[in-house]
Amino acid sequence: MTMPFYVAPEQLMKDRADFARKGIARGRALAALSISDGILICAENQSNTLRKVSEIYDRIAFAGVGRYNEFDQLRIAGVRHADLKGYTYSREDVDARSLANQYAQVLGQTFTHEMKPMEVEILVAEVGSEPGGDQMFHVLYDGTVNDESGYTVLGGEADSIAERLGQTYDGGWEVGDAVKACSVALSGQERTLEAGDLEVAILVRETGRRAFQRIEGDELAGLLD
Amino acid sequence: MTLPLFEAGGDPGPNFAALLRSSGLTPPMPDVAAADTAIAHATTVVAIRCRQGVVMAGDRRATAGHLISHRTIEKVFPADRFSGVAIAGAAGPAMEMVRLFQLQLEHYEKVEGKALSLDGKANQLGMMVRNNLPAAMQGFAVVPLFAGYDRSRETGRLFQYDLTGGRYEDREYAVGGSGSLHAGTVIKLGYRPDADADAMIDLAVSALFRTAEEDSATGGPDLVRGIYPVVAVIGAQGFERVGEADVEARFRGLLASLEAAGGDSA
Repeated sequence: MTMPFYVAPEQLMKDRADFARKGIARGRALAALSISDGILICAENQSNTLRKVSEIYDRIAFAGVGRYNEFDQLRIAGVRHADLKGYTYSREDVDARSLANQYAQVLGQTFTHEMKPMEVEILVAEVGSEPGGDQMFHVLYDGTVNDESGYTVLGGEADSIAERLGQTYDGGWEVGDAVKACSVALSGQERTLEAGDLEVAILVRETGRRAFQRIEGDELAGLLD
Repeated sequence: MTLPLFEAGGDPGPNFAALLRSSGLTPPMPDVAAADTAIAHATTVVAIRCRQGVVMAGDRRATAGHLISHRTIEKVFPADRFSGVAIAGAAGPAMEMVRLFQLQLEHYEKVEGKALSLDGKANQLGMMVRNNLPAAMQGFAVVPLFAGYDRSRETGRLFQYDLTGGRYEDREYAVGGSGSLHAGTVIKLGYRPDADADAMIDLAVSALFRTAEEDSATGGPDLVRGIYPVVAVIGAQGFERVGEADVEARFRGLLASLEAAGGDSA
């Protein structure tokens, strides 16, 4: 009979975390900022069909980095959770905080109990009626939830991008300023990002029921000029 | 409420009704027959094609037997940005069907990242009406009208349904509910192909007014309380409800012209 090797729990967790972090670092980053017009989410994404940023509910958006199939599964589960909750109770009872907690539960559970942790980081953002009411929850691969204010960056090289963005960030920005700043922060010094390299969406503060709008094509190119 | 996660084989996909079933949230089918007077019935609705798209209108009355149970219910709703649904029949199940239909379209759009085609939406509603057939046989019938702007064909289209979920596309106009006979006749006489939305709003207003004179279950304009039918236009800009003041002005104009013509034109 063979005995399994003993692995210290500290080592096990560290190995899993390293594995997840490596997977996330391979992908392109995204940034989300609270500005005067709403919450702007800007991702580096060459694909026009495989989305990183999506609508969850009236005032809630989702963004994910890392393995596409894993965060897309979480996105769909979020849409289902929100629609079921809105159907059972009322539309105003659907909120980002409880959804972020649900995501944290699933990610934490997977991290400790499954063969492989999910190689994703996700953002759940809810736009408020005032800039101070914006909520952004950044959920990590192990279920850690961070309540962010102002701006946040997810994905590979998040720290250096956040530093670049933090140097100029201003909560009073309008969409154009914010898109330009995100593009510069995401690209770094050596390269520039074109409209085709970016996926941009905004949760509009002043709007009807569904706040989520994509900014694409000529409109995006116009903002970047 | 926990996060709904599914194994690949049991995933309901973009179907909200299937998601409700798997979550155990579907209502039970009624196993008793509705007495004629027990539940509210919503009555006359009309939809007319015009150059810009489709005009939809519905009166505001709900009846239970011979009594008026509500004066202000609404029967014309946006289904999503480019389509609308109008309902006649048992008010409770009809409202629930509209709510589910609206959710279904939005849910599909969010999960798939792309809205359903207009035909897809019309078929969805047909399926919901068909699923209601056992309840319809117990007296809880729901008969909707569906209209929308088809963005790929750049034209307005309208559909009516029967109890079995049969879906019938109409090229000119469609009517539903207790007053459909009278409303249909008025529209048939006033309809002109490719007419302007403005003229067709007036025709819908006139049809509802005439119907209210003949059918006790259809409510006319209530000038005392300020209650007027709901009118909406669905065109390239999407579903837009005609303002209450505008509808009121059209009714007052109609009344004034009837008065000038010597009162009783019936």
